[in-house]
Amino acid sequence: MTGGAQPASVVVIGAGQGGQQTAVSLREHGYQGRITLISGEDALPYERPPLSKTYLKDGAYLRGDKQLWLRPATYYVNQSIDLVAGTVTGIDRTARAVRLADGSSYEYGHLVLATGARARTLGVPGAGLRGVHTLRTVRDAAALGASLAAARRAVVLGAGFIGLEFAAVARESGCEVTVVETRSRPLARVVSARAAAHFTRLHREAGTHLLFGQGVAALHGDRRGKVAAVETADGRQLPADLVLFGVGAAPHTELAAAAGLPVDDGITVDARLLTADPHISAIGDCASFPAPRTGGRLRLESVQNAVGHGRLVAERLTGSLRAYDELPWFWSRQFSTTLQIAGVDERPDREVVLGDDPDAFSVLLFRGNELRAVESVNRPGDHIAARRLLHRRVPLSPAGATAPGFTLKGYLTGASTG
Amino acid sequence: MPKITYITVDGTERVIDVPVGTSVMRGAVLNDVPGIVAQCGGNAQCATCHVYVDEATLDKPEPVRPDEDDMLGFTADPRKEGSRLSCQLQVTEDLDGLIVHLPERQY
Repeated sequence: MTGGAQPASVVVIGAGQGGQQTAVSLREHGYQGRITLISGEDALPYERPPLSKTYLKDGAYLRGDKQLWLRPATYYVNQSIDLVAGTVTGIDRTARAVRLADGSSYEYGHLVLATGARARTLGVPGAGLRGVHTLRTVRDAAALGASLAAARRAVVLGAGFIGLEFAAVARESGCEVTVVETRSRPLARVVSARAAAHFTRLHREAGTHLLFGQGVAALHGDRRGKVAAVETADGRQLPADLVLFGVGAAPHTELAAAAGLPVDDGITVDARLLTADPHISAIGDCASFPAPRTGGRLRLESVQNAVGHGRLVAERLTGSLRAYDELPWFWSRQFSTTLQIAGVDERPDREVVLGDDPDAFSVLLFRGNELRAVESVNRPGDHIAARRLLHRRVPLSPAGATAPGFTLKGYLTGASTG
Repeated sequence: MPKITYITVDGTERVIDVPVGTSVMRGAVLNDVPGIVAQCGGNAQCATCHVYVDEATLDKPEPVRPDEDDMLGFTADPRKEGSRLSCQLQVTEDLDGLIVHLPERQY
Protein backbone atom coordinates (compact mmCIF):
# COMPACT_ATOMS: atom_id res chain seq x y z
CA MET A 1 0.00 0.00 0.00
CA THR A 2 1.13 3.54 -0.63
CA GLY A 3 -0.36 4.79 2.61
CA GLY A 4 -1.74 7.74 0.65
CA ALA A 5 -5.48 8.31 0.58
CA GLN A 6 -7.38 7.27 -2.51
CA PRO A 7 -8.54 10.19 -4.62
CA ALA A 8 -12.13 11.25 -3.97
CA SER A 9 -12.87 11.21 -7.68
CA VAL A 10 -11.29 9.96 -10.89
CA VAL A 11 -11.97 11.58 -14.24
CA VAL A 12 -10.92 9.64 -17.35
CA ILE A 13 -10.67 11.50 -20.65
CA GLY A 14 -11.29 9.00 -23.42
CA ALA A 15 -13.58 5.96 -23.30
CA GLY A 16 -11.61 3.67 -25.58
CA GLN A 17 -10.42 0.32 -24.31
CA GLY A 18 -7.81 1.82 -21.97
CA GLY A 19 -10.11 4.42 -20.45
CA GLN A 20 -12.94 1.97 -20.05
CA GLN A 21 -10.62 -0.61 -18.47
CA THR A 22 -9.43 1.98 -15.95
CA ALA A 23 -13.01 2.52 -14.80
CA VAL A 24 -13.81 -1.20 -14.74
CA SER A 25 -10.65 -2.08 -12.81
CA LEU A 26 -11.15 0.73 -10.30
CA ARG A 27 -14.49 -0.77 -9.32
CA GLU A 28 -13.04 -4.30 -9.32
CA HIS A 29 -10.43 -3.11 -6.83
CA GLY A 30 -13.12 -1.69 -4.59
CA TYR A 31 -12.71 1.98 -5.42
CA GLN A 32 -15.78 3.76 -4.12
CA GLY A 33 -15.17 7.34 -5.23
CA ARG A 34 -16.78 9.03 -8.16
CA ILE A 35 -15.73 7.87 -11.65
CA THR A 36 -16.41 10.01 -14.70
CA LEU A 37 -15.59 8.54 -18.09
CA ILE A 38 -15.66 11.21 -20.79
CA SER A 39 -16.16 9.97 -24.34
CA GLY A 40 -15.66 11.95 -27.50
CA GLU A 41 -17.74 9.39 -29.39
CA ASP A 42 -21.47 8.84 -29.37
CA ALA A 43 -21.24 5.08 -28.74
CA LEU A 44 -20.85 2.98 -25.61
CA PRO A 45 -17.22 1.88 -25.13
CA TYR A 46 -16.46 -0.78 -27.71
CA GLU A 47 -13.79 -3.06 -29.16
CA ARG A 48 -11.72 -1.52 -31.91
CA PRO A 49 -9.81 -4.49 -33.41
CA PRO A 50 -12.80 -5.91 -35.35
CA LEU A 51 -13.33 -2.57 -37.13
CA SER A 52 -10.75 -3.38 -39.78
CA LYS A 53 -11.69 -7.07 -39.90
CA THR A 54 -14.96 -8.86 -39.13
CA TYR A 55 -17.03 -5.71 -38.64
CA LEU A 56 -16.65 -4.90 -42.34
CA LYS A 57 -17.45 -8.42 -43.51
CA ASP A 58 -20.83 -9.66 -44.67
CA GLY A 59 -22.49 -6.39 -43.73
CA ALA A 60 -21.82 -6.92 -40.02
CA TYR A 61 -21.56 -3.15 -39.58
CA LEU A 62 -25.22 -2.86 -40.61
CA ARG A 63 -26.20 -4.54 -37.34
CA GLY A 64 -24.74 -1.61 -35.42
CA ASP A 65 -22.19 -1.18 -32.69
CA LYS A 66 -23.94 -3.27 -30.03
CA GLN A 67 -22.02 -6.34 -31.16
CA LEU A 68 -18.79 -4.54 -30.22
CA TRP A 69 -19.78 -3.19 -26.82
CA LEU A 70 -17.35 -3.97 -24.05
CA ARG A 71 -20.21 -3.84 -21.52
CA PRO A 72 -23.93 -3.10 -21.75
CA ALA A 73 -25.32 0.30 -20.72
CA THR A 74 -26.67 -1.18 -17.47
CA TYR A 75 -23.14 -2.04 -16.36
CA TYR A 76 -22.11 1.61 -16.11
CA VAL A 77 -25.31 2.48 -14.25
CA ASN A 78 -24.94 -0.42 -11.81
CA GLN A 79 -21.28 0.37 -11.19
CA SER A 80 -21.90 4.12 -10.80
CA ILE A 81 -19.56 4.98 -13.65
CA ASP A 82 -20.73 8.26 -15.14
CA LEU A 83 -20.42 8.11 -18.90
CA VAL A 84 -20.29 11.62 -20.26
CA ALA A 85 -20.37 12.40 -23.98
CA GLY A 86 -18.46 15.52 -24.76
CA THR A 87 -15.29 17.18 -25.94
CA VAL A 88 -12.76 18.26 -23.36
CA THR A 89 -11.38 21.70 -24.18
CA GLY A 90 -8.94 22.20 -21.33
CA ILE A 91 -7.37 21.00 -18.10
CA ASP A 92 -7.00 23.40 -15.18
CA ARG A 93 -4.26 21.79 -13.11
CA THR A 94 -4.50 24.37 -10.35
CA ALA A 95 -8.22 23.92 -9.81
CA ARG A 96 -7.93 20.21 -10.73
CA ALA A 97 -10.80 20.38 -13.17
CA VAL A 98 -11.44 19.60 -16.81
CA ARG A 99 -13.59 21.87 -18.96
CA LEU A 100 -15.88 20.61 -21.70
CA ALA A 101 -17.00 22.35 -24.87
CA ASP A 102 -20.56 22.61 -23.58
CA GLY A 103 -19.36 24.75 -20.66
CA SER A 104 -19.58 22.02 -18.04
CA SER A 105 -16.60 21.11 -15.91
CA TYR A 106 -15.56 18.19 -13.75
CA GLU A 107 -13.25 18.37 -10.76
CA TYR A 108 -10.86 15.49 -10.27
CA GLY A 109 -8.87 13.98 -7.46
CA HIS A 110 -6.98 12.11 -10.17
CA LEU A 111 -7.13 12.57 -13.92
CA VAL A 112 -6.40 9.84 -16.47
CA LEU A 113 -5.56 10.89 -20.01
CA ALA A 114 -6.71 8.07 -22.28
CA THR A 115 -7.10 10.29 -25.29
CA GLY A 116 -5.90 7.76 -27.88
CA ALA A 117 -4.74 8.65 -31.34
CA ARG A 118 -6.18 9.97 -34.57
CA ALA A 119 -5.72 8.52 -38.01
CA ARG A 120 -3.15 10.39 -40.04
CA THR A 121 -3.91 11.51 -43.56
CA LEU A 122 -1.66 12.87 -46.27
CA GLY A 123 -1.70 16.53 -47.19
CA VAL A 124 -2.37 15.82 -50.85
CA PRO A 125 -4.92 17.57 -53.07
CA GLY A 126 -8.29 15.80 -53.04
CA ALA A 127 -7.96 14.30 -49.56
CA GLY A 128 -11.37 15.69 -48.69
CA LEU A 129 -13.27 14.06 -51.57
CA ARG A 130 -16.22 11.80 -50.87
CA GLY A 131 -15.24 8.15 -50.81
CA VAL A 132 -11.94 8.95 -49.07
CA HIS A 133 -11.76 7.36 -45.64
CA THR A 134 -9.76 6.91 -42.50
CA LEU A 135 -10.45 4.12 -40.03
CA ARG A 136 -10.37 4.69 -36.33
CA THR A 137 -13.88 4.70 -34.89
CA VAL A 138 -17.00 2.62 -35.27
CA ARG A 139 -18.50 5.55 -37.17
CA ASP A 140 -15.53 5.50 -39.58
CA ALA A 141 -16.05 1.77 -40.02
CA ALA A 142 -19.74 2.13 -40.81
CA ALA A 143 -18.95 4.76 -43.46
CA LEU A 144 -16.17 2.61 -44.88
CA GLY A 145 -18.40 -0.47 -44.91
CA ALA A 146 -21.15 1.39 -46.78
CA SER A 147 -18.60 2.71 -49.25
CA LEU A 148 -17.12 -0.76 -49.72
CA ALA A 149 -20.52 -2.28 -50.44
CA ALA A 150 -20.81 -0.03 -53.51
CA ALA A 151 -17.14 0.01 -54.51
CA ARG A 152 -15.50 -1.76 -57.42
CA ARG A 153 -11.99 -0.41 -57.12
CA ALA A 154 -10.37 0.38 -53.81
CA VAL A 155 -7.00 2.03 -53.33
CA VAL A 156 -5.34 1.75 -49.94
CA LEU A 157 -2.65 4.29 -49.11
CA GLY A 158 -0.18 2.68 -46.75
CA ALA A 159 0.69 -0.98 -46.15
CA GLY A 160 0.51 -1.01 -42.37
CA PHE A 161 -1.81 -3.23 -40.34
CA ILE A 162 -4.99 -1.19 -40.86
CA GLY A 163 -4.30 -0.83 -44.59
CA LEU A 164 -3.54 -4.50 -45.15
CA GLU A 165 -6.40 -5.77 -43.00
CA PHE A 166 -8.81 -3.59 -44.93
CA ALA A 167 -7.21 -4.58 -48.25
CA ALA A 168 -7.88 -8.23 -47.38
CA VAL A 169 -11.52 -7.58 -46.53
CA ALA A 170 -12.01 -5.48 -49.68
CA ARG A 171 -10.45 -8.18 -51.84
CA GLU A 172 -12.61 -10.86 -50.21
CA SER A 173 -15.69 -8.81 -50.97
CA GLY A 174 -14.76 -8.77 -54.65
CA CYS A 175 -13.16 -5.39 -55.04
CA GLU A 176 -10.17 -4.74 -57.24
CA VAL A 177 -7.59 -3.57 -54.70
CA THR A 178 -4.35 -1.61 -55.02
CA VAL A 179 -2.11 -0.81 -52.06
CA VAL A 180 0.34 2.07 -52.46
CA GLU A 181 3.23 2.21 -50.01
CA THR A 182 6.14 4.66 -49.94
CA ARG A 183 8.52 2.16 -48.34
CA SER A 184 9.99 -0.83 -50.10
CA ARG A 185 7.90 -3.39 -48.23
CA PRO A 186 4.74 -3.69 -46.12
CA LEU A 187 4.68 -3.38 -42.30
CA ALA A 188 8.12 -1.83 -42.57
CA ARG A 189 8.64 -0.66 -39.03
CA VAL A 190 6.66 -3.33 -37.24
CA VAL A 191 7.65 -6.77 -38.52
CA SER A 192 10.73 -8.53 -39.86
CA ALA A 193 11.48 -8.68 -43.58
CA ARG A 194 10.66 -12.39 -43.49
CA ALA A 195 7.16 -11.89 -42.07
CA ALA A 196 6.61 -8.90 -44.39
CA ALA A 197 7.53 -11.04 -47.41
CA HIS A 198 4.90 -13.56 -46.38
CA PHE A 199 2.19 -10.90 -46.31
CA THR A 200 3.35 -9.51 -49.64
CA ARG A 201 2.92 -12.95 -51.17
CA LEU A 202 -0.43 -13.50 -49.45
CA HIS A 203 -1.91 -10.30 -50.87
CA ARG A 204 -0.40 -10.77 -54.32
CA GLU A 205 -1.73 -14.32 -54.53
CA ALA A 206 -5.17 -12.96 -53.67
CA GLY A 207 -4.89 -10.68 -56.69
CA THR A 208 -4.19 -7.43 -54.87
CA HIS A 209 -1.84 -4.98 -56.59
CA LEU A 210 0.96 -3.86 -54.30
CA LEU A 211 2.99 -0.82 -55.31
CA PHE A 212 6.03 -0.31 -53.10
CA GLY A 213 8.41 2.63 -53.08
CA GLN A 214 5.62 4.74 -54.46
CA GLY A 215 4.23 8.03 -53.18
CA VAL A 216 0.90 9.71 -53.82
CA ALA A 217 0.66 13.05 -55.65
CA ALA A 218 -3.07 13.71 -55.60
CA LEU A 219 -6.56 12.29 -55.39
CA HIS A 220 -8.86 13.25 -58.23
CA GLY A 221 -12.64 13.47 -58.09
CA ASP A 222 -15.50 13.32 -60.50
CA ARG A 223 -17.88 16.22 -61.11
CA ARG A 224 -19.93 15.34 -58.06
CA GLY A 225 -16.99 15.52 -55.69
CA LYS A 226 -16.51 11.79 -55.33
CA VAL A 227 -13.08 10.26 -55.59
CA ALA A 228 -12.35 8.75 -59.00
CA ALA A 229 -8.59 8.18 -59.14
CA VAL A 230 -5.34 8.23 -57.23
CA GLU A 231 -2.38 9.84 -58.94
CA THR A 232 0.91 8.32 -57.84
CA ALA A 233 4.13 10.31 -57.48
CA ASP A 234 5.39 8.90 -60.78
CA GLY A 235 2.24 10.06 -62.58
CA ARG A 236 0.21 6.86 -62.81
CA GLN A 237 -3.56 7.19 -62.53
CA LEU A 238 -5.17 4.45 -60.44
CA PRO A 239 -8.96 4.42 -60.89
CA ALA A 240 -10.70 4.28 -57.52
CA ASP A 241 -14.16 4.70 -56.10
CA LEU A 242 -12.91 4.13 -52.55
CA VAL A 243 -9.67 5.32 -50.95
CA LEU A 244 -8.49 4.50 -47.44
CA PHE A 245 -5.67 6.32 -45.70
CA GLY A 246 -3.74 3.70 -43.78
CA VAL A 247 -0.76 5.87 -42.94
CA GLY A 248 -0.63 5.47 -39.19
CA ALA A 249 -1.96 7.35 -36.24
CA ALA A 250 -0.89 10.41 -34.27
CA PRO A 251 -1.40 10.52 -30.50
CA HIS A 252 -3.81 13.06 -29.04
CA THR A 253 -1.38 15.07 -26.93
CA GLU A 254 -2.81 18.58 -27.36
CA LEU A 255 -4.69 18.74 -24.05
CA ALA A 256 -1.62 17.57 -22.14
CA ALA A 257 0.67 20.00 -23.95
CA ALA A 258 -1.71 22.90 -23.40
CA ALA A 259 -1.76 22.03 -19.70
CA GLY A 260 2.04 22.29 -19.65
CA LEU A 261 2.75 18.57 -19.33
CA PRO A 262 5.84 17.18 -21.07
CA VAL A 263 5.01 15.68 -24.44
CA ASP A 264 7.33 13.96 -26.85
CA ASP A 265 6.02 11.40 -29.33
CA GLY A 266 3.26 10.87 -26.76
CA ILE A 267 2.46 12.21 -23.32
CA THR A 268 5.55 11.49 -21.22
CA VAL A 269 4.91 9.24 -18.21
CA ASP A 270 7.08 7.35 -15.73
CA ALA A 271 7.13 3.62 -14.98
CA ARG A 272 3.92 3.99 -12.99
CA LEU A 273 2.31 5.86 -15.88
CA LEU A 274 2.26 9.18 -14.04
CA THR A 275 2.86 12.39 -15.93
CA ALA A 276 4.98 15.18 -14.44
CA ASP A 277 1.84 16.11 -12.46
CA PRO A 278 1.26 13.54 -9.66
CA HIS A 279 -2.49 14.02 -10.09
CA ILE A 280 -2.47 13.08 -13.79
CA SER A 281 -1.74 9.74 -15.50
CA ALA A 282 -1.63 8.97 -19.21
CA ILE A 283 -2.31 5.54 -20.70
CA GLY A 284 -2.64 3.64 -23.95
CA ASP A 285 -1.99 4.97 -27.44
CA CYS A 286 -1.33 8.53 -26.24
CA ALA A 287 1.31 7.63 -23.61
CA SER A 288 5.06 7.46 -24.04
CA PHE A 289 6.33 5.21 -21.24
CA PRO A 290 9.69 3.73 -20.22
CA ALA A 291 10.21 0.36 -21.91
CA PRO A 292 10.34 -2.02 -18.97
CA ARG A 293 12.54 -4.67 -20.56
CA THR A 294 14.68 -2.99 -23.11
CA GLY A 295 15.28 0.58 -21.95
CA GLY A 296 14.34 3.67 -23.93
CA ARG A 297 10.73 4.73 -24.35
CA LEU A 298 7.76 3.09 -26.00
CA ARG A 299 4.47 4.31 -27.38
CA LEU A 300 2.31 1.42 -28.49
CA GLU A 301 -1.00 1.36 -30.31
CA SER A 302 -2.59 -1.89 -29.20
CA VAL A 303 -5.44 -3.20 -27.10
CA GLN A 304 -3.08 -5.16 -24.87
CA ASN A 305 -1.13 -2.01 -24.07
CA ALA A 306 -4.22 0.14 -23.46
CA VAL A 307 -5.88 -2.43 -21.25
CA GLY A 308 -2.67 -3.24 -19.37
CA HIS A 309 -2.07 0.45 -18.71
CA GLY A 310 -5.66 0.94 -17.55
CA ARG A 311 -5.37 -1.92 -15.10
CA LEU A 312 -2.09 -0.63 -13.71
CA VAL A 313 -3.42 2.88 -13.09
CA ALA A 314 -6.51 1.47 -11.37
CA GLU A 315 -4.31 -0.69 -9.15
CA ARG A 316 -2.06 2.24 -8.34
CA LEU A 317 -4.97 4.47 -7.41
CA THR A 318 -6.21 1.79 -5.04
CA GLY A 319 -2.89 1.25 -3.31
CA SER A 320 -0.50 -0.83 -5.45
CA LEU A 321 3.09 0.25 -6.01
CA ARG A 322 3.64 -1.94 -9.07
CA ALA A 323 5.55 -0.51 -12.04
CA TYR A 324 4.28 -1.31 -15.52
CA ASP A 325 6.12 -4.32 -16.94
CA GLU A 326 3.63 -6.19 -19.12
CA LEU A 327 4.99 -7.92 -22.16
CA PRO A 328 3.55 -6.28 -25.28
CA TRP A 329 1.66 -8.57 -27.63
CA PHE A 330 -0.29 -7.95 -30.76
CA TRP A 331 -2.14 -9.75 -33.50
CA SER A 332 -3.37 -9.18 -37.03
CA ARG A 333 -5.64 -11.27 -39.19
CA GLN A 334 -5.55 -11.03 -42.98
CA PHE A 335 -7.43 -13.51 -45.15
CA SER A 336 -7.12 -16.73 -43.16
CA THR A 337 -3.65 -15.92 -41.84
CA THR A 338 -3.00 -14.90 -38.26
CA LEU A 339 0.13 -13.01 -37.30
CA GLN A 340 0.92 -12.81 -33.62
CA ILE A 341 3.76 -10.83 -32.11
CA ALA A 342 5.12 -11.28 -28.59
CA GLY A 343 7.50 -8.62 -27.33
CA VAL A 344 8.72 -5.64 -29.26
CA ASP A 345 12.06 -4.66 -30.72
CA GLU A 346 12.66 -2.09 -33.41
CA ARG A 347 16.25 -2.99 -34.15
CA PRO A 348 16.93 -6.68 -33.74
CA ASP A 349 20.31 -7.84 -35.06
CA ARG A 350 19.77 -11.59 -35.32
CA GLU A 351 16.88 -13.69 -36.60
CA VAL A 352 16.12 -17.38 -36.28
CA VAL A 353 13.22 -18.86 -38.25
CA LEU A 354 11.33 -21.87 -36.88
CA GLY A 355 9.20 -24.05 -39.12
CA ASP A 356 9.62 -25.33 -42.67
CA ASP A 357 6.08 -24.59 -43.81
CA PRO A 358 6.06 -21.34 -45.83
CA ASP A 359 2.57 -20.65 -44.48
CA ALA A 360 3.28 -21.40 -40.82
CA PHE A 361 6.50 -20.22 -39.20
CA SER A 362 7.88 -18.10 -36.41
CA VAL A 363 10.64 -15.51 -36.56
CA LEU A 364 12.68 -15.16 -33.37
CA LEU A 365 14.24 -11.72 -33.08
CA PHE A 366 17.37 -11.27 -31.00
CA ARG A 367 19.49 -8.35 -29.89
CA GLY A 368 22.90 -9.92 -29.35
CA ASN A 369 22.28 -13.05 -27.31
CA GLU A 370 18.95 -11.91 -25.95
CA LEU A 371 15.56 -12.92 -27.31
CA ARG A 372 13.53 -9.73 -27.74
CA ALA A 373 10.45 -10.63 -29.76
CA VAL A 374 8.79 -13.48 -31.64
CA GLU A 375 6.56 -13.16 -34.70
CA SER A 376 4.35 -16.17 -35.37
CA VAL A 377 2.51 -16.73 -38.63
CA ASN A 378 -0.21 -19.36 -38.17
CA ARG A 379 1.70 -20.83 -35.21
CA PRO A 380 -0.41 -19.96 -32.15
CA GLY A 381 1.41 -22.51 -30.01
CA ASP A 382 4.73 -20.77 -30.67
CA HIS A 383 3.16 -17.44 -29.80
CA ILE A 384 1.88 -18.60 -26.44
CA ALA A 385 5.18 -20.27 -25.58
CA ALA A 386 7.01 -17.09 -26.64
CA ARG A 387 4.79 -14.94 -24.46
CA ARG A 388 5.62 -17.11 -21.49
CA LEU A 389 9.35 -17.27 -22.23
CA LEU A 390 9.60 -13.50 -22.71
CA HIS A 391 7.38 -12.74 -19.74
CA ARG A 392 9.53 -14.87 -17.45
CA ARG A 393 12.69 -13.62 -19.13
CA VAL A 394 13.91 -17.16 -19.73
CA PRO A 395 17.29 -16.76 -21.43
CA LEU A 396 17.47 -18.01 -25.01
CA SER A 397 20.31 -17.33 -27.44
CA PRO A 398 20.33 -17.69 -31.25
CA ALA A 399 22.61 -20.71 -30.81
CA GLY A 400 20.08 -22.32 -28.47
CA ALA A 401 17.23 -21.67 -30.87
CA THR A 402 19.08 -23.26 -33.79
CA ALA A 403 19.91 -26.46 -31.88
CA PRO A 404 18.52 -29.60 -33.58
CA GLY A 405 14.95 -30.36 -32.59
CA PHE A 406 14.45 -27.00 -30.86
CA THR A 407 10.86 -25.93 -30.26
CA LEU A 408 9.63 -23.00 -28.17
CA LYS A 409 7.12 -25.21 -26.38
CA GLY A 410 9.74 -27.85 -25.57
CA TYR A 411 12.17 -25.19 -24.38
CA LEU A 412 9.50 -23.64 -22.19
CA THR A 413 8.63 -27.01 -20.67
CA GLY A 414 12.31 -27.68 -20.02
CA ALA A 415 12.73 -24.27 -18.45
CA SER A 416 9.69 -24.82 -16.22
CA THR A 417 10.68 -28.23 -14.92
CA GLY A 418 14.45 -28.08 -15.10
CA MET B 1 -33.35 -18.96 -28.27
CA PRO B 2 -30.78 -21.25 -26.58
CA LYS B 3 -30.65 -20.85 -22.81
CA ILE B 4 -27.21 -20.80 -21.25
CA THR B 5 -26.53 -21.00 -17.54
CA TYR B 6 -23.59 -19.07 -16.12
CA ILE B 7 -22.48 -19.92 -12.60
CA THR B 8 -20.10 -17.46 -10.96
CA VAL B 9 -17.48 -18.35 -8.37
CA ASP B 10 -19.80 -17.43 -5.50
CA GLY B 11 -22.40 -19.86 -6.84
CA THR B 12 -24.77 -17.30 -8.36
CA GLU B 13 -26.64 -18.73 -11.36
CA ARG B 14 -27.78 -16.65 -14.32
CA VAL B 15 -29.83 -18.23 -17.09
CA ILE B 16 -29.61 -16.15 -20.24
CA ASP B 17 -31.20 -16.43 -23.69
CA VAL B 18 -28.26 -16.02 -26.04
CA PRO B 19 -28.95 -15.48 -29.74
CA VAL B 20 -27.77 -18.09 -32.23
CA GLY B 21 -24.72 -16.85 -34.14
CA THR B 22 -23.16 -15.03 -31.20
CA SER B 23 -20.86 -16.59 -28.61
CA VAL B 24 -21.11 -17.73 -25.01
CA MET B 25 -18.60 -14.96 -24.22
CA ARG B 26 -20.79 -12.26 -25.77
CA GLY B 27 -23.86 -13.61 -24.01
CA ALA B 28 -22.07 -13.06 -20.72
CA VAL B 29 -20.60 -9.66 -21.54
CA LEU B 30 -23.80 -8.13 -22.91
CA ASN B 31 -25.80 -9.39 -19.95
CA ASP B 32 -23.41 -8.13 -17.37
CA VAL B 33 -22.31 -11.54 -16.09
CA PRO B 34 -19.19 -10.84 -14.04
CA GLY B 35 -16.04 -12.88 -14.49
CA ILE B 36 -15.44 -12.71 -18.24
CA VAL B 37 -12.87 -10.19 -19.46
CA ALA B 38 -12.58 -10.98 -23.19
CA GLN B 39 -9.74 -8.55 -23.70
CA CYS B 40 -9.16 -9.43 -27.36
CA GLY B 41 -12.82 -9.30 -28.28
CA GLY B 42 -13.37 -12.91 -29.22
CA ASN B 43 -10.32 -13.76 -31.29
CA ALA B 44 -8.81 -16.54 -29.19
CA GLN B 45 -5.83 -14.29 -28.47
CA CYS B 46 -5.91 -13.56 -24.77
CA ALA B 47 -7.47 -16.43 -22.79
CA THR B 48 -9.43 -14.02 -20.57
CA CYS B 49 -12.85 -15.49 -21.36
CA HIS B 50 -12.02 -18.87 -19.85
CA VAL B 51 -14.97 -20.95 -18.60
CA TYR B 52 -15.44 -24.50 -17.33
CA VAL B 53 -18.22 -26.33 -19.14
CA ASP B 54 -20.24 -28.29 -16.56
CA GLU B 55 -19.65 -32.05 -16.60
CA ALA B 56 -23.31 -32.69 -17.34
CA THR B 57 -23.18 -30.64 -20.56
CA LEU B 58 -19.70 -31.53 -21.80
CA ASP B 59 -21.13 -33.12 -24.96
CA LYS B 60 -22.96 -30.00 -26.14
CA PRO B 61 -20.21 -27.80 -27.63
CA GLU B 62 -18.08 -28.58 -30.66
CA PRO B 63 -14.66 -29.96 -29.74
CA VAL B 64 -11.71 -27.69 -29.04
CA ARG B 65 -9.85 -26.56 -32.19
CA PRO B 66 -6.06 -26.36 -32.26
CA ASP B 67 -5.69 -22.58 -31.80
CA GLU B 68 -8.10 -22.64 -28.85
CA ASP B 69 -6.24 -25.64 -27.45
CA ASP B 70 -2.99 -23.67 -27.53
CA MET B 71 -4.58 -20.67 -25.84
CA LEU B 72 -6.05 -22.84 -23.10
CA GLY B 73 -2.48 -23.37 -21.97
CA PHE B 74 -2.43 -19.67 -21.07
CA THR B 75 -5.41 -19.29 -18.75
CA ALA B 76 -5.00 -17.61 -15.36
CA ASP B 77 -6.87 -20.36 -13.49
CA PRO B 78 -5.82 -23.95 -14.13
CA ARG B 79 -6.99 -25.77 -17.22
CA LYS B 80 -9.30 -28.67 -16.40
CA GLU B 81 -11.63 -30.98 -18.26
CA GLY B 82 -14.33 -28.70 -19.60
CA SER B 83 -12.01 -25.71 -19.94
CA ARG B 84 -13.00 -23.59 -22.94
CA LEU B 85 -12.55 -20.10 -24.28
CA SER B 86 -16.13 -18.86 -24.26
CA CYS B 87 -15.45 -16.69 -27.32
CA GLN B 88 -14.92 -19.89 -29.30
CA LEU B 89 -18.23 -21.41 -28.16
CA GLN B 90 -20.47 -20.35 -31.04
CA VAL B 91 -24.10 -20.41 -30.01
CA THR B 92 -26.28 -22.87 -31.92
CA GLU B 93 -29.53 -24.59 -30.96
CA ASP B 94 -27.34 -27.51 -29.80
CA LEU B 95 -26.00 -25.33 -27.02
CA ASP B 96 -29.42 -24.96 -25.40
CA GLY B 97 -29.06 -26.00 -21.77
CA LEU B 98 -25.28 -25.47 -21.65
CA ILE B 99 -23.96 -24.79 -18.16
CA VAL B 100 -20.66 -22.98 -17.69
CA HIS B 101 -18.77 -22.17 -14.50
CA LEU B 102 -16.71 -19.01 -14.35
CA PRO B 103 -13.19 -19.20 -12.99
CA GLU B 104 -11.91 -17.11 -10.12
CA ARG B 105 -9.41 -15.17 -12.20
CA GLN B 106 -8.99 -14.27 -15.87
CA TYR B 107 -5.56 -12.61 -15.70
